[in-house]
Order: sequence, then structure tokens, then C-alpha cells
Amino acid sequence: MFPTSFGPWLDYTINGLVIGNIYALLAVGLALIFGVSHLINFAHGSVYMVGAYIGWLGITKLNLPLPVTFAAVAVGCGLLGAVIERVGLRPLRNAPRIAPLLATIGLSVVLDQSAQLLFSPDPRALPTQLPSWRIAIGGGSIGALDLLIAGVGIGSAALLYGFLRFTRLGWAVRATALDRDAAQQCGVDVDKVNRTVFAIASALGGVSGLLVGMYYNTIDPNMGFQAGLKGIVAQLIGGVGNVPGAIAGSLLLGLIESYGIALFGTSYRNLFAFVALILILVLRPNGLFAKARRLPPEPLTGTFIAPSRPLVLPGWLIGLLIVAALALPFAVQQPYLLQTLGNAWLYALLALSLTLVAGTVGQVSLGHAGLLAIGAYASALLALDAGIPVLLAVPLAGVIAAALGTALVFPAFRLRGHYVSIATLAVGEIVTLVILNWESLTRGPIGVTGVPPLSVAGTPLVSGQWVYWIPLVVLLVFAGVQTRLLSSHLGRTLRAIREDDVAARSYGVDLNRYKGLAFAVAGFVAGVGGALMAHFYSYINHETFPAPVSMLALTMVILGGLGNVAGAVLGAVVLVGLPELFRAAAEYRMLIYGVVLLLLIRFRPQGLLGTV
Amino acid sequence: MTTASTTSTPTSTPSASVAPLLSIAGLVRRFGGLTAVNGLSLSLADGELVSVIGPNGAGKTTLFNLITGLDTPDVGSVAFAGQDVTGFAAERLAGLGLARTFQHGRVFGNLSVLDNVLVGAHTRLRAVRPPLGLPLLGPLAELGLALLPPAAVRAEEERLRAEATEIIALFGDRLTPRLDKPAHSLSYANRRRVEIARALALKPRLLLLDEPTAGMNPTETAEMLEIIRGLKGRGLTILLIEHKLDLVMQLSDRVVVMDHGARIAEGLPSAVATDPAVIEAYLGHKAVGAANQDDAAAVVPTKRGIGE
Ligand SMILES: Nc1ncnc2c1ncn2[C@@H]1O[C@H](COP(=O)(O)OP(=O)(O)OP(=O)(O)O)[C@@H](O)[C@H]1O
Ligand SMILES: [Mg+2]
Repeated sequence: MFPTSFGPWLDYTINGLVIGNIYALLAVGLALIFGVSHLINFAHGSVYMVGAYIGWLGITKLNLPLPVTFAAVAVGCGLLGAVIERVGLRPLRNAPRIAPLLATIGLSVVLDQSAQLLFSPDPRALPTQLPSWRIAIGGGSIGALDLLIAGVGIGSAALLYGFLRFTRLGWAVRATALDRDAAQQCGVDVDKVNRTVFAIASALGGVSGLLVGMYYNTIDPNMGFQAGLKGIVAQLIGGVGNVPGAIAGSLLLGLIESYGIALFGTSYRNLFAFVALILILVLRPNGLFAKARRLPPEPLTGTFIAPSRPLVLPGWLIGLLIVAALALPFAVQQPYLLQTLGNAWLYALLALSLTLVAGTVGQVSLGHAGLLAIGAYASALLALDAGIPVLLAVPLAGVIAAALGTALVFPAFRLRGHYVSIATLAVGEIVTLVILNWESLTRGPIGVTGVPPLSVAGTPLVSGQWVYWIPLVVLLVFAGVQTRLLSSHLGRTLRAIREDDVAARSYGVDLNRYKGLAFAVAGFVAGVGGALMAHFYSYINHETFPAPVSMLALTMVILGGLGNVAGAVLGAVVLVGLPELFRAAAEYRMLIYGVVLLLLIRFRPQGLLGTV
Repeated sequence: MTTASTTSTPTSTPSASVAPLLSIAGLVRRFGGLTAVNGLSLSLADGELVSVIGPNGAGKTTLFNLITGLDTPDVGSVAFAGQDVTGFAAERLAGLGLARTFQHGRVFGNLSVLDNVLVGAHTRLRAVRPPLGLPLLGPLAELGLALLPPAAVRAEEERLRAEATEIIALFGDRLTPRLDKPAHSLSYANRRRVEIARALALKPRLLLLDEPTAGMNPTETAEMLEIIRGLKGRGLTILLIEHKLDLVMQLSDRVVVMDHGARIAEGLPSAVATDPAVIEAYLGHKAVGAANQDDAAAVVPTKRGIGE
């Protein structure tokens, strides 16, 4: 299967460089944005998707000449970029550093979902009017589109260079990137600089989306997520904020992917990028081209903890609520309602798990759905393939999720702030990709069918009440355990790590040990949650726990109040239970989550019950 | 500027005969082109209080970071209690009895005053952190003991709480009425006090204080002076960075003066105060010609200067 002659390799090289060029258009924008605002812009992938759709409108609906379409994409996305800066960055200038990052995640969810609603989730063809000739060189070949992409890439780089080097605004951008405060004192309008940079970056990103759409002749509303991540990976390879580094990193990433596909097959494509990301983060956190040994800057606030007074629910109220929740199936018999609430309890397990690591320890994980997936697959496969009773498989799955989850995130323990979020996001993607590709174990894309239900003495517990009660009881037990943990010495130790990891270390707190403990507990809880889901749903595949579930979990946790046990449960009920009960159409749900996340970060970062 | 000063350094120090608790040799730390600490050597005997002074950017905090393991030197070594600890991680050094405060204050904002101080006692948790020395079982045992605490664990927690409350009472009623308040709600001066209380909860063998009175008014500074004097009276070994020189002159057994990362003078407070190299460093190079002893007295008050 390996290509042996020289020709195909040349093709793979050309392909890698073309893809790298497209990544570069994204990564350069990300690097510019990071340079002036120290923000990793997760909405960048969505801008890229919007660019593709504007291009699609121009080409297929309006029949515009290609150059006009390109101009429309650049202008449209440039404006969108300015809006993102206005909504996602400027109001959050004095918020914790992670707040704008979360805001860009919210924005990206809103943009992607809006595109789905407007254009339907189905892919669309994006035909090009380019001539179809190809020049043969040395066994490989280059087409008109390849040349166009190369031309746009080089042309943009030249324009950007000229702008940064020779215009007043370009100088202001560079000054802001060097030292924001100093630039401001010298009269640089930092807001204007930010707006300009977001506009330029987004114009480049949009053009990149259009080019990709033309290259593969297909676009879809979710195309931005992976692409945005690729841009971030490329940027990290080159060193964050480093524009030439971003270009080099992009070309390198394009080549890695292209050769990787040649060797292992297409379904592995994204795996290379994420493994490369983890390796870079762990081995060379300042990028491939960084030289000097740097010291972590003084007080780093990577966490998203707003000083607040948490609402302390009185014991009797909690007791009352628990009794009411347990007694509900006696009063209400509608299976639909019970099932919905049962599902909310299952998601509350995920929220409980995430609130421990993101809230209590301050490690904002963006790949938490991966733990659900590990737990679900572990339990399903233990029950089906190893013949282990379901009641034993579920806790075993919790242990496996705890061990595997902690081991996977362990390399990221030395990272801080944004990098933790990016690394966990990558780990979540890696879990999904391994499930997809490890067919002999996981059955690959087909998924696992016929997962046996929970049963006691041969009687399956599948009726409405059990679907409600079992998750509720498990949730109550874990919530109790977590409350207890928080009031022990571990509670203050974990929170100390979140508040100031340097000070914590100086007082003898071994960060790896306690982060490990927290992730292990969180992994167990989420793993059991995922296992229960598998046994209730009876069918799972690699798309049962996609990245948006991680974002949903984060929204639940922020809604309830980070680190807040009762808040996690409340967040799950509000975000999973209410939309279902109000029969909000499923396609609007993610949009609602995105908007809720945005509003919370902007107006109530401490959530409903307050951070603990 | 460093060569001329060595002659003025007194040769006999009080610690010459005993084995030092801390001894650092030839420490160098560069940041790019800048040498923040430049070949610094220093030793500290048990029970001594040594102050490090010097103009802004002299490298004092960097020196603390190197000693406490938050940073590693490019060249040089640090020995603590007879053990070479160069390159040890901060958490390990804390376990050996090294506690510090931070110049800009690094309290745990959302933790209560009591919890802040209890984190300071982290290295002294024994019952709940059995020293199994096993990589996985140790943490799991700790988790189990925290969730289902046996009597010994509960007793330990109670004891540490009582002790923390006692340490907090050292600051009069500055902190005691605020035991359960989150640290972010405290005044700046109170946050500095919490830091010191947290450091004391570690039961340190060596306490490093980085400008403990920064941002304090004269009354608060005088109060802090008494507290530090009290700690010294109890035999605690202290390394102190301080810009308020009257405080330095009153407390120190010995003063080390740094400039541009190097030691430019060392000796008794009274001797250092009149050292021309010190005066030069403090007044800046432009003032060298004009500097006379009267100017110097204004900048570096001697013991007599503050009326002893
Ligand atoms: N992480 C770092 N990266 C680069 N340069 C640094 C770093 N930390 C300190 N420096 C530089 O090293 C020099 C010494 O800094 P240091 O903070 O140790 O001075 P200091 O004596 O404590 O000053 P101050 O009295 O103002 O606290 C300064 O020039 C500072 O800018
Ligand atoms: Mg300092």
C-alpha cells in the first residue's frame, strides 16, 4: 500500500504544502491576534467557515466573478472579525484571562449553529470555475487551484509584511504586540489596533475557508472546528504570537498530515495534528523556534474564578430538595419527563466531574466528553466482550476512565492557563479518533450495538422509574463524596493550586500529585456517568460524545458556579432538562448553549450559585 | 563597581565559626542579556537575621527565587542544612523547612484566612499523608483518609487548626476577627500578614521575607518590626529583603548590599550604612561626585540616626 516510486511522494509533498498554505492563512491570523491581545481565538475556525459560505453564495447563487467573490469574503469576514473583537474581547478586558477564550468558544458555537440553521447541516458542493489543467512535474502534478492557493498565500504574506513594516497602523500593531501598556501610553489606540488585527486575521481566515471549500469541492457548517484547531496547532508549533513561526509551523503541519495519510490512511488525518500538538506543548511549550529559557511570568491568572460570595444553601433546603427529587416518580408517572430528568442527572455527573477540575483546581478542561466516551466504551465492551456483569462493569469503567483519563492528561499537568484548555481539547479529540480507528477493540465507525441494560438478578432495570432513580442515586452519592472532599484538607489544597500554583508549590504542594488526584476522581465520576449512558442508550459510537458535549459541560459548570457541587447539578438541570421539557427544537439547543455561555461570561461569571 | 567595594566589607562575620544553615556560592542567573544575579555568595548561620538590601532591580527577589527553587541558577550552588539543594523543586525545599513570602503578595484570594494559613502547614500533614513512598498508593491512601478520616487524621486537623489560629493571633486582632473571610476581601497590609502567618505555619527552619512592610504605613511598619523581632527572639533564622532601612538597621545581625546582581558590601548594619559603594549604588552614578556623608546619612540612616 505504501507508494514506492518518487511520483506519489511528490504529490503528497505538493498536497502537504498546499494544505500547509491554507493552515498558514489561519495560523498567521491567530498569531497576529495573540500578539496584540494574548488571546487564542477559538472563533477563528467559525470565521473560516463563514468565509466558505460567503464564497459559496458568491459563486453558486450570485455567479460573481472569482476575484469579486474573494473580495466579498475578505470584507465580510473582516467585518465579522471586528464584531468578534467588540463582543468577545473588549468588554472582557479586565476579566480573568481565560474569559475571552471562553467567550470565543461561545461565539464559535453561535456562529456554527447559526450557519446550520441558515444553510442546513448538510455539506454543499463548491464548484470552481478554474480551468482543470494540471502541469506534470517529475511524476507529480500541479493544478491551477494549487497555484492559486500558493499565490494567495504568498500574496497575503507580502501584503501583511508591507502593512506591518511600512504603515503607521502596522507600526502601532507591532508596538502593541511588543508592549501593550507602553504603546497605550505613547498614544496608540489599542482598541483600534485590536479591531484592525481581528479584521485582517478574519479576512485571511475567511479566504482560507473559501480556498479549502474550492480545494475539496465541499463545505459544511462544522468545517471550522477542526480547521480552527489546526490553525492553533500550527501556531503553537511555530510559537504563539510568532508570525513567521506560524507560517513555518503550518507548512510543517501540512506536510506531517500529508505524509501521515500516505502511510496510515485518511481516517488518521486529525490524529497527527493533535499528537503533534501534545508533543509540542509538552516538549517545547514556546514553539519549535524559541530559544531562551523563560521563567513563568509573575502572578498568572489562568483560572476563571471571579471573587464572589457563594450562595450557601441551608442543609434543610438541600435535604428537602433531595427528598423531593427521590419522591418525584411517585407523583409523576410520565415516562418522558422521568427520562428527561434522568438524562439531566447523567449530565450532572459530567458537570460534577468537570466542576472539580475546572472549578476547584482551575484546570479548564475542554475535552471532558472524552472521559464519558472512555467510561461508556469500557463498560459496554467489558459487558459485551468480556462477559462481565453490568453492575461490575460500570464501576470498573469508572476506574478505567480515571486511570486512562489521568494518564492522558498527565503530560498537560505542567502547562498553565490557556495551554491546559488546548491540551485537554486535543486529548478529547484524540480519544474520539482512537475510538474511530481502533476497530479491533471498539468496532470503529460502526459503534457498539446491543449494550445490555443494567439489571439485578436477571431483571433489566429499564422502566421509567429506574432510568430516573439510578442516575439520581449515583449522582447523590458522588455529590456527597465531592462535598466531603472539598471540606477536607484536599479541598483547600486543590483550591490553593487554582488560586496561585506558584505559592502552592512554595508551601510544599506537589502539583502533579494533587492535579492527578483531582483528575482521577473526576475521571471516575465521568466514567461511571458515561458507562450508565451506554447501558441506558444501548448504542454508542464515536460521535455519541462529541466535542460540543464538552462545551455543554463547561457551560453547565459556569452556569452553576465553578467548583460548586450544587451548581453543577443545577446547571445540568437547567441546560439539559429545561430545553427538553419546553420542547425547544433540538436544532436550537446548541445555539441556546452558546448564547448562555456568552451571556454568563459577560454578565455573571460567578454563575447562579457562585464560585467556591 | 564591585571591585572597590570588597575592601570595605568587614572580614569577620558573626557566623564564621558555626556550620551555616544556608550557604550559597557563586550564584548566577541571566535573563537574556541581563545578569540579574551575578556570582553571589552568602551564608547564614542558625538564628541569624540577615537583610538583603539594594536598589530596585538589584536582583534581590531573583535571589530568593533561586534559593527557594522557583528558579534555577545558571551557575552556582545552594546548600541548606548541610545538603546540596541546588535545582531542588520548590515543593521539596518547603518540605525541608524553607518558607517564604512574596514581594507582591500571593495569598490564595478565594480561600479564607484560616485556610490560607492551613495550606502553609501542608508539609506537616502526617496522619493524612502517610509517607508510603509509593507513586500511586500514596495519593490514593490520602484520598481515602480524607474522605473517611480516622481519629488520628481528625486530631491532626484539629491540632493544626488550633495552631493556625494561634499564629494568626500573633497579629493581634488584625486577622483574628477575619478568620473566615476570603483573603481577597482583606486590606493590603492584612494580606501581607496572612502571608507571613502562612509561612510560619510551615514551622520553617529558614524564613525568607520579601519586603514584608511594602505598602504599610508607619504604624503598621512598626508593628511588623515588633513581630519580626519577636520571631528572631524565638530563634528563627530569617533572610529579609527590605527597602525600609531603619527597620533593617534595627533588626539585622548583618546586612548584604546588592547592586546589579552582585554583592557590593556586607557587614554590620552600622558599617554598611556608611560604605561609599553603598551610597553610590543608592544615589546613582550621577550623584557620585556630589555625595558626601551627610547625603549618605539621609539615604542610609545609621542606628544613631533613628534615635537608639
Ligand atoms: N522572569 C524574568 N525575566 C526577565 N527578567 C527578569 C525576570 N525576573 C527579574 N528580571 C530582571 O532581573 C532584574 C532583577 O530583578 P529582581 O526582581 O530580582 O530585583 P529586586 O532587587 O527584587 O528589585 P525590587 O527592589 O524592585 O523588588 C531586574 O532587572 C528584572 O527586570
Ligand atoms: Mg524584589
